[in-house]
Amino acid sequence: MDRLVDLAQMLRSKNSGPFLITLDVFFSEEETYRRVFESGVITASNICRLYHLKESELCGIYFFDAALGIKITYHRSVSSGSCGDSDVYGAQQHAPLMELLIP
Amino acid sequence: MKSLKVLSPCGILGYGFPDSSFAAGLNDRPDAIVVDAGSTDAGPHKLGAKTAIVSRMAAKKDLKRIILGGWELKIPVIIGSAGGSGGKSHVEWTLDIIEEILRENPTVRPKTAIIWADIPNEEILTKLSQGKVKALDATVLPLDAQILQETTGVVAQMGVEPILKVLSQGADLIVCGRAYDPAPFAAVGVNAGFDPALSYHLGKVLECGALCCNPGTTKDCMMGVLYEDCFEVYPCDRKRKCTTLSVAAHTFYEKDHPYLLHGPGIEMDLSHCTFTQIGENRVRVQGSCMEATDPYWIKLEGARKVAYRTFVVAGVRDPLLISKIEEVEDLVRQSVVEQYQDIDESLYTINFLNYGKNGVMGALEPNDQAGHELCVVFEVLANTQDLASSLCSSVRSTFMHYGYEGRKSTAGNLAFPFAPSDVNFGAVYEFSVYHLMEVEDPSALFPSQWWEKGGR
Repeated sequence: MDRLVDLAQMLRSKNSGPFLITLDVFFSEEETYRRVFESGVITASNICRLYHLKESELCGIYFFDAALGIKITYHRSVSSGSCGDSDVYGAQQHAPLMELLIP
Repeated sequence: MKSLKVLSPCGILGYGFPDSSFAAGLNDRPDAIVVDAGSTDAGPHKLGAKTAIVSRMAAKKDLKRIILGGWELKIPVIIGSAGGSGGKSHVEWTLDIIEEILRENPTVRPKTAIIWADIPNEEILTKLSQGKVKALDATVLPLDAQILQETTGVVAQMGVEPILKVLSQGADLIVCGRAYDPAPFAAVGVNAGFDPALSYHLGKVLECGALCCNPGTTKDCMMGVLYEDCFEVYPCDRKRKCTTLSVAAHTFYEKDHPYLLHGPGIEMDLSHCTFTQIGENRVRVQGSCMEATDPYWIKLEGARKVAYRTFVVAGVRDPLLISKIEEVEDLVRQSVVEQYQDIDESLYTINFLNYGKNGVMGALEPNDQAGHELCVVFEVLANTQDLASSLCSSVRSTFMHYGYEGRKSTAGNLAFPFAPSDVNFGAVYEFSVYHLMEVEDPSALFPSQWWEKGGR
C-alpha cells in the first residue's frame, strides 16, 4: 500500500468559481495513474466518507487519461469569502486526499 | 508558416514580473501583450465594495511597463477584467492610473478603447421574467428584484466579440471590464484569423502568466505562439520550464471538469488534446475543440453586503482547555446571549475557528486530533459594526475568564498576540448574483467607446 501523496506528482485543491471546490491529482507515469485508476479507491462513496460529504454534494469524479489526472469536484457548504467560510481560495482542502492508501 | 505571438506578462495585473523576463519577451517580437487583471478568487468583497485586488502602486508599476512596451513595438495591449472585478468603478480606477502614466510619458499616445461590462438591473429583470436567467453550478441561488436592489452592481463576463470590434478598428490599448479570463487572449488570435478553439485554449493557459510552468508562478512572463493547427507556450524566464504535465495540469486549473470548459457562448472540449514536449522548456498543444452554444449565455456576477464583522485572534496552550475547547466555546456563546437578552438573537452570530484542530476544514476535517496549542479566531457578525464590536468585546472578556469545569488556570484562558485584541473588520459581502443569462447579441451588453484621453 502507498499513500496517494507518495504516488502523485501534483495534488491540490482550489475554488472552481465561488460555489465549488475541485481537487486535482496528477501522475508523472502512466503506470502509476493506471494503478490508482484500477485500484477502485477513488470512488464516490470513499470520497464522501473522507470529506464528510453527502452524495448530492459531490459533483463528479473524472479520470482524464490524456493528462494522467484525476479531478474531484464538490459543492462548498458556504460560498467563497462569505460568512462562515474558512478557506476563501479553497487552496487547503486537499490534505485528507493525500492519506488515501492505494494497493 | 503563419504564426502569431501573444505575450502574457503576469497572472494578475499588479502581481509584478521581472524586467529581464519582460525584456526577453519583447525581444521575441510578440504581436500583442495581453494581461488578465481579474479574479473572483479573493471572494465577493472586491466586487461588492468596489475595491481593487492589488494596490494602485503595484498596478501602475506593471501598467507602465506594459503600455510602454506595447507602444515601442507598435502592438496592441489588452487588459482583461480591469481593476480586478471589471465593474465601472474598477475600470475607472484603471483609467485613472493610465492617465497618470500618459501624462508622465507625453509621447506615448495609444488609441484607447474602453469596453464596459456593467449589466443594468432592468435588463436582468426583463430576462428573468422571460425565463432566460438560471443559477450556475447547480446552486439554487435565488434572484429577484430585491436581491438585485441589494447587490452593489452586476457585471458580466464578455467573450471575444466586443474585443474583436475595437481590435479590428485599430485600438492600441483596450481596457476591458469583466471578461472571461481567456477571452482577451483569444481575441488576438481570432482577429488574425486563427482557429477560435486553439485561440481560447491558448488564452486559458496564458491567463495565469507563468503558473503553467515548473516552477510555476503568477509573477512571471509567458509567451504563446499560435499556428494554424496547434499552439506552443514557453516561459520568458530561462529558469522555468513548460512540461507536458505542467501545461496539461493548467488546463485543469480552477475548473469543475477536466476537459469541458464553458465560456461566453462557447463550450470547449479538450478531451482529444495532445501535449508534446518541444525542446526543454516548450510544449505544443494540438486537438483543442470548441463549439458555439445556442443560446449564447453570459455569466453574471454580483455581490451584496450581508454583515459587519469584529474578530479576535488568540492562542490557547492549556491542555485542559484544549481537550474541551468546543464545549467551552458553546458555553461562552450561551453566556453572551444571556448577557444580551435585550438584543434580538437573529441580528448577530458568534463563530469560533480552532486552528490546530479543524480551523481550515471545519466539519469536513477527518482528523480529530488537536495540536499541543491552538490558535482560536472568534468573530461576531452583526447587522452593524457597532453591534459586532460591542458583542465581540463581551465574547472576548467572557472567554478570557470563563470558569469551565475542571479549570486549574484561574488567571485567564487566552494568550492575545496583540493589544488591543479586537479588530473591526468592516463589511462582509457574499456573491448574491452568480447566474447565466441568455443574450441574443454577444456584444450588445458590452458597449465600447474610444477614450478621449487616449491617442487618435
